[in-house]
Amino acid sequence: MHPQTSDRLDATFLALADPTRRAILARLARGEASVTELAEPFAISQPAISKHLKMLERAGLITVGQDAQRRPRRLEAKPLAEAAAWLTRYRASWEASFQRLDDVLEDLQRETSASKRARRRAKR
Amino acid sequence: MAMTMEKAQVTLPSDREVQVTRSFKAARPLVYRAYTESALVQRWLLGPPGWSMPVCEMDVRVGGRYRWRWRNDKDGSEFGFAGTFREVTPPSRLVHTETYDPGTVGDVHPQSEALVSVTFMEQSGITTVTTLIDFGSKEARDAAVATGMTDGMEQSYQLLERVLSDRT
Repeated sequence: MHPQTSDRLDATFLALADPTRRAILARLARGEASVTELAEPFAISQPAISKHLKMLERAGLITVGQDAQRRPRRLEAKPLAEAAAWLTRYRASWEASFQRLDDVLEDLQRETSASKRARRRAKR
Repeated sequence: MAMTMEKAQVTLPSDREVQVTRSFKAARPLVYRAYTESALVQRWLLGPPGWSMPVCEMDVRVGGRYRWRWRNDKDGSEFGFAGTFREVTPPSRLVHTETYDPGTVGDVHPQSEALVSVTFMEQSGITTVTTLIDFGSKEARDAAVATGMTDGMEQSYQLLERVLSDRT
């Protein structure tokens, strides 16, 4: 992976770590919105919202639209897709091993119950 | 094939760490055995597709060493991991160091040591295994993650193929 990609992934995961920022992204997924509109559903101040927006912007997750007065925020899908793709691939490499472990455990369970049966038979 | 309880979950608890969680439909002592008996580990910890695990030596006790090595079936190239067990608490917890052994594949990871903590928890016959890997630095984690990414890509395509062929 290119170091720039890796830095961007870090910024993305850091940005996604906060529930307010995730809620903002969920809102923007339905369409662009101004800072005032974004602040409405939250019980926090507009400066606090602006701080979250700055972090999302630095991570490349949102951009500011052309309208100079409204300055609407827009969702940028690419970094999100990259982060999701990374997690999916990393998970898949573990999952492949874990599925083999599922099979090993099934065999062990069969052996254990077979030896229990054998012991019961021997007692009789 | 065995039934999959729950897909592996990956999270990044901090800049230096990666955490992987997975549940198994088996009692905890069995899962612990599958993680600590080398003959069993060799059956599932196979690495990327097209690789086998010719070396799996494990001296599971505090201060004991382990050595894992994988070989490419096509070109014979090898790489591995080795380390020391720091904590051995059957059947609930294992902690070991992990150092990359470049073998003949080369130096793709930084040479720093990672600390791996594996926790086994059982509830109603389901054992959840949590693996926390502390890479010691952000650089080391990102490098390891980058390697995992290329390996995983190949596997996820194979998985995708399997899923697609299952549907027909």
